[in-house]
Amino acid sequence: MATEDVGGGGLAIHPMDQFIVKPLFGGDAIHWYTPTNVTLWMAIAVLSMTALMVLGTSRRAVIPSRTQSVAELMYGFVYNMVEDVTGHEGAKYFPYVMTLFLFIFLSNMLGLIPMSFTTTSHIAVTATLALMVFLAVTIIGFVRKGPAFLAMFWISSAPLALRPVLALIEVISYFVRPLSHSIRLGGNIMAGHAVIKVFAGFAGAMGIASVVPIAAIAAMYGLELLVAAVQAYVFTILTCVYLRDAVGEAHH
Amino acid sequence: MTGDIAEMGKFIGAGLAAFGLGGAGIGVGNIVANFLAGALRNPSAAPGQTANLFVGIAFAEALGIFSFLIALLLMFAV
Repeated sequence: MATEDVGGGGLAIHPMDQFIVKPLFGGDAIHWYTPTNVTLWMAIAVLSMTALMVLGTSRRAVIPSRTQSVAELMYGFVYNMVEDVTGHEGAKYFPYVMTLFLFIFLSNMLGLIPMSFTTTSHIAVTATLALMVFLAVTIIGFVRKGPAFLAMFWISSAPLALRPVLALIEVISYFVRPLSHSIRLGGNIMAGHAVIKVFAGFAGAMGIASVVPIAAIAAMYGLELLVAAVQAYVFTILTCVYLRDAVGEAHH
Repeated sequence: MTGDIAEMGKFIGAGLAAFGLGGAGIGVGNIVANFLAGALRNPSAAPGQTANLFVGIAFAEALGIFSFLIALLLMFAV
């Protein structure tokens, strides 16, 4: 995105430049095998995830160390979420949901380190995650329920005359799911980072008065920490909500 | 820079699309306000509803994010 300055305005603010994908070892050409900054930061996210969950809990201390308690808290948090939303049957898909949560959470958090790169700000990344969830839910639904999975679109509690209309709306909303699922995460993260960068541009142009935008950056940073955690949570809980349709245990 | 009508339309359109985010703000505010009102009346029931709270926020926010996406598309993709 945004490779040149379109507007040519007075301030030299390039809020979107931080999202440019660059090859790690020079050059401009990007092929599917080129290691880029996205590759690097995704690898760091996966490594820190492994370090937290595998190394952190490897000693299995009865009195947990700090790392171990963080890992245990996250495990318990996500497990309760999966079990609450999808029911006991859905708990067998917990490893997938846990991986999603940790990957998104750590990518968001690593992206907040200054000069780092936020992989989850790219729609390509979030769309891949969301499409995987969409495919998984569809496949699990058909495998577990067979053609009865389609009954989800036919709301039997509605008046008969309304059902075809509702079915149409339900089908559309089913297929819009991966779109909204991915754009919510990517858009939120990208918007937050762009706002911080815009304030940083103000700070560079305002001289002594730049105290104000710098304070605003600090405040936005705090908000972004919250957004990073909440968006990871929202992505995972929506995954659970979608899984509930496929697993089909009546919850409410 | 010399009065390109299409360029101008892009910027105006992006600005108009940003209005949609105001709707998302109203929606999210409504949800949280009602959640708080309910939670203050019956605090013991509140923790069990936080999941629903966040799902509701997410759904309300999605539509605002769509308009944000339209703005971004107009600015950088069209």
